[in-house]
Amino acid sequence: MSRVSNEVIRLTDLHAFYGESHVLHGIDLDVHEGELVTLLGRNGAGRTTTLRAIVGLIGHRTGSIMIKGEETIKSPPHTIAHLGLGYCPEERGIFASLNVEENLMLPPQVGSKGMSVEEIYEMFPNLAERRKSQGTRLSGGEQQMLALARILRTGADILLLDEITEGLAPVIVDRLGEVLAELKARGFTVVLVEQNFHFARAIADRHFIIDQGHLAAVIAADEVEAKADVFDDFLSV
Amino acid sequence: MLADLLGIPPQLLFGQLLLGLISGAFYAVLSLGLAVIFGMLNIVNFAHGALYMLGAFASYFLLKILGINYWGALILAPIIVGAAGIVIERFLLRRLAGVDHLYGLLLTFGLALVIEGLFVKFFGASGLPYPTPEALKGGVNLGFMFVPWYRAWVVVAAVIVCVFTWWLFERTKVGAYLRAGTENPTLLQAFGVNVPLLTTLAYGYGVALAGLAGVLAAPITQVAPLMGSNLIITVFAVVVIGGMGSIMGAAVTGLAMGMIEGLTKVFWPEASATVIFVIMAIVLVIRPAGLFGRTA
Ligand SMILES: Nc1ncnc2c1ncn2[C@@H]1O[C@H](COP(=O)(O)OP(=O)(O)OP(=O)(O)O)[C@@H](O)[C@H]1O
Ligand SMILES: [Mg+2]
Repeated sequence: MSRVSNEVIRLTDLHAFYGESHVLHGIDLDVHEGELVTLLGRNGAGRTTTLRAIVGLIGHRTGSIMIKGEETIKSPPHTIAHLGLGYCPEERGIFASLNVEENLMLPPQVGSKGMSVEEIYEMFPNLAERRKSQGTRLSGGEQQMLALARILRTGADILLLDEITEGLAPVIVDRLGEVLAELKARGFTVVLVEQNFHFARAIADRHFIIDQGHLAAVIAADEVEAKADVFDDFLSV
Repeated sequence: MLADLLGIPPQLLFGQLLLGLISGAFYAVLSLGLAVIFGMLNIVNFAHGALYMLGAFASYFLLKILGINYWGALILAPIIVGAAGIVIERFLLRRLAGVDHLYGLLLTFGLALVIEGLFVKFFGASGLPYPTPEALKGGVNLGFMFVPWYRAWVVVAAVIVCVFTWWLFERTKVGAYLRAGTENPTLLQAFGVNVPLLTTLAYGYGVALAGLAGVLAAPITQVAPLMGSNLIITVFAVVVIGGMGSIMGAAVTGLAMGMIEGLTKVFWPEASATVIFVIMAIVLVIRPAGLFGRTA
């Protein structure tokens, strides 16, 4: 397979199914190394499903998912993360039976350049204070920080983040914006599913607009102004 | 003291308490295994009694055929039973992943019948003797009662196993994986943990504990094909009381229920066979998730 040198994710004709229901209808997209892209769309458009398909959480999927040039459509789910993927699920997925530190240390190492625990606690001081608390005793914002922090520790260099600002107070959303900007500066590749377009717009290089399981449009950061009508068409309810 | 006040000879009271403690030791180790398995596989392992029996038979044959003594069996029999469990999980139980849990229950129940049936056919229903290890023959007279060394050892061994399992689950990385896998196996797998392997190992460890209990029981009860089938019913009651899938709960409840059974033998012998089931019924009404279970 040919691979553009810095292309880290390439989806080709990706279909996904939940049982009988056909949710993704042939998504094609590519993400370059160090890029921050968003998946935008209405509720139920298929953005979460796209991320879940990439990390192998959708049992029935067809087409092609290339991660760093490697085909993973048939790979067992636990092998995919080891290509350097970090996944932050929509429901955050903090484990109640683990304390904060155990949650943080849980995901296996998948790359060599992970942040140290000290660096992480520096980035998220709240987590350090509450390291012995039960994971789900944290506030929503802290849980979101933890869900993000634990994949930064693993050395993953591709981050798949699903609605990390959802339901959080504006100050915490601002803080997450700073964190993402810093991660981008450090060279992470980020795929961000966002409801909050204002948040997404400030940091993204490109926007993929998903509609009813199809890729409806791709808009670069500098075209956002000119193509405002596209956003209106696909994002307004 | 209390026993004198109630007009009960202390020998009887402490004798029954010790017997209760020993039953409790078996309840604890067996229900611990069930809890581990239920946590990861969501299956009530009805084959547990048969695998316990397999542990006892494994020690018997290790001695008879290979001349490997009790202490060797204590290591090897759980490994043999654990390996059998791994085969069962890998080739049978795994096929049931994703279907109703009732099928797992039926499969393991069927397995127990098949295994026990085969052993009855080949070895008869009556027991085969297994000698008490030389080092643990005899006992110590505490003045108010006589404690056979072997029985004391069974209690100590059970406590060691419980503490070790607790440590494994609560203090190690593998334990964190097992807890996380119990809660949300798919997310754990998306993080890159080989959950199918973890599940196989959990089942193997759970049934290895049953095998270990079988070795501990061999010198006490005789090695018999149906030795597990009665015991396991009580153990299920213990698991229900303690709470499905709670490691600590299984261990503590097991020991406590054995003691309660022993005490009941002293004060109301007729009720001793049913007391655990009565407690189970009460717990089910008052706290359906079990004493140590997490209520959702
Ligand atoms: N477990 C599931 N079983 C069946 N259908 C599902 C399941 N999860 C999602 N769907 C359906 O798949 C479609 C896409 O859902 P998805 O979660 O990917 O949407 P989304 O773009 O993330 O939207 P949002 O998160 O805002 O709901 C929706 O129609 C949804 O109803
Ligand atoms: Mg979603």
